[in-house]
Amino acid sequence: MLTSILTKALYTLISFFVILNYSLLLLGTMARVRAKVQGRIGQPVWQPYIDIIKNNARRSGVTHGIMFYLGPVFRLAGGLGTYFFIPVIFGSKIFANFSFSGDVLLVMYFIFFGQLGMALGAGESGHPYSPIGVARGLAQMTAFELPFSLAVIAVAAQYGSFSITEIVAAQQGGWQNWVAFTNPFAMAAGMLAFLGMSMNNPFSIVIAPQEIPIGPPTEMHSSFLGMLQTNRAIFNGAKMVLFMNLFFGGAAHPNIFIALGIMIMKTFLIYLYVVFVGVSFPRFRTEQSIRFFLGVPTLLGLIAVIQQMI
Amino acid sequence: MSDNMNDMDQMQLFNDQGRLLNAGLPDEEKALFCDAAPQVDAPYRGIWEKFLNWARSESLWILGFGTGCGAIELRPLMTSRYDMYQYGVQPRPTPRQAGLFIIGGYASVKTMKRIVRSYEQMQGPKFVLGLGSCTVNGGMYWDSYNTINRLDHYIPVDVYIAGCMPRPEALLAGINELKKLIKDGKGENANKYAENFEWYKGNQKKIIKDWNMPDYNW
Amino acid sequence: MTEFNELSRQFQVSDLVEQRADLHFITASKEHAVAVVSALKERYGYTHLVFFTVVDHLEKNEFHLTYMLHNYEKHHDMGVVVKIARENVQMESIHHLWPAAATYQQEMREMYGVEFPGSPGLYENFALEGWEDIPPMRRDFDTKEYSDKTYYPRPGRESHDPREYMKENLYPSEAETW
Repeated sequence: MLTSILTKALYTLISFFVILNYSLLLLGTMARVRAKVQGRIGQPVWQPYIDIIKNNARRSGVTHGIMFYLGPVFRLAGGLGTYFFIPVIFGSKIFANFSFSGDVLLVMYFIFFGQLGMALGAGESGHPYSPIGVARGLAQMTAFELPFSLAVIAVAAQYGSFSITEIVAAQQGGWQNWVAFTNPFAMAAGMLAFLGMSMNNPFSIVIAPQEIPIGPPTEMHSSFLGMLQTNRAIFNGAKMVLFMNLFFGGAAHPNIFIALGIMIMKTFLIYLYVVFVGVSFPRFRTEQSIRFFLGVPTLLGLIAVIQQMI
Repeated sequence: MSDNMNDMDQMQLFNDQGRLLNAGLPDEEKALFCDAAPQVDAPYRGIWEKFLNWARSESLWILGFGTGCGAIELRPLMTSRYDMYQYGVQPRPTPRQAGLFIIGGYASVKTMKRIVRSYEQMQGPKFVLGLGSCTVNGGMYWDSYNTINRLDHYIPVDVYIAGCMPRPEALLAGINELKKLIKDGKGENANKYAENFEWYKGNQKKIIKDWNMPDYNW
Repeated sequence: MTEFNELSRQFQVSDLVEQRADLHFITASKEHAVAVVSALKERYGYTHLVFFTVVDHLEKNEFHLTYMLHNYEKHHDMGVVVKIARENVQMESIHHLWPAAATYQQEMREMYGVEFPGSPGLYENFALEGWEDIPPMRRDFDTKEYSDKTYYPRPGRESHDPREYMKENLYPSEAETW
């Protein structure tokens, strides 16, 4: 009993360590990709590490109350919760995390959870721009949650399961079994919702620095900000792994390192798609992004669900 | 520094316990702001502090607050020609998250008030870069009725960049100079501000006549 | 100028100066100035207040207030100059004719100490905050002296005449040919 708990703890730590470093390096790489698009050299790949170290090494900090402390904690809990219920590599004990039979629902809840915690923390900071950013973020989230939920429902209906492991298992045996090809409407709706979820350029009004100084985390500083940045990396990684599992067949190979390589390649391409869209389009206003998500992506999601129900 | 200490006597900044009076604020707002003077945060020792100083110097976040005409020289730094991101420098829209305050040239008394507030809201260790001759000795506004002559009498300055206006290259050179200072452990001006708090506050109150803000805002 | 002739029959105006074909100045007495300006606006089509400013003539011990008006139909500018004594300067407000004039008046109150009773926001801060000395744009205010005593001048600052300095230091060999 004790051995199994300790083994699980060790596996969880390994899984956490891998995703944290991978996501931080990925953030740095993508910042460089964006710089290349703009004709710049760009920041070093390891810049996210330095930023987090520097923010945690700040000597002073100010609190605005208990919720201000708890905001980043909730956010980090949301990121970790999302990640720890997704099996990263199919069939691997180390990277199975805490996946169980109903984990899709839990993961969808945790994606929301962090934002709500952050809303409470940002609200207590007393800065007028924080609630504006939060209001925009929640409005946009409600909008992209609709196509995302429809896509997940379609996938769940397709395989008759709410378990990510089973969904991945059903997609094994070649690329033609991926949801992306067996259920393209669900994939399209899900990937469009992913654009909003990753808060990259067309949907970055939530953290627009020119308009509402950086939005919800305006007052967050020092180690609060360090925690938020750590969460940003983990949350990004978790979301990409989730989408890889839901639509692109997950990562599966008897050799764990090759499986990790597959995971890295697939998630890299998923993030590259977000950055590609991000550098190509200017920023939407909140009502524009809501209209966008309630239009074509929702229709695609509805089609996907209806297709599965018939 | 000592010849100006007598400015302090008439300021009556502190009462007996060393608490700030916040006399400029209306009564209902006094409770909202801090009434303690800033503290000296001692650095760590040895190799750990050296490592942290390296991290601080490689990740400088500029407070994006155009305080004078020199702010126009900050924008080209973000463009592909100068690309400050490759040196680990980024603009940051809020003083809470920023660590480097660039004073863009002349500072009038009205701007000085905002500069002081923004500077105090930044979290230590924090650095100040005086851009342009106006911050050094007043520049072409040296005999103006409303423009300060020496920035270092109001907030501590790490690096001065002379010129009217210095080009972005000069600004980058100044930032690299600042990086060297931080790596050598000389970027302790936030502590200097805390140690000489009464002197700085006296100088500030001497020029800012309608002091309707807290004496120290975190 | 027909406007001037008609105005001079009703009001105390004098000294028509033709600066250019499309720019004239007239001088009005302090009591009649606002009436002249509103007549120009209502009757003669000078609907745009270009600027409203004051000049300190210390030697004559006068302030010269200038209302610059523009007529869009004739493309013609008309400046109405009012001369008032420097002590306890007070003038009627014209914010009822142009609401934007209140800002000019606020600035003049702050920088020159010209009072405009009834003008909205007259005593709010414009550019200065908490100014305690005499208004800084008055010519009897010594900015150098004020700056020296307030702003800690950095020692070691010296000024040169640019021409002489360049002669001596930059182009000594060519200095004779200048």
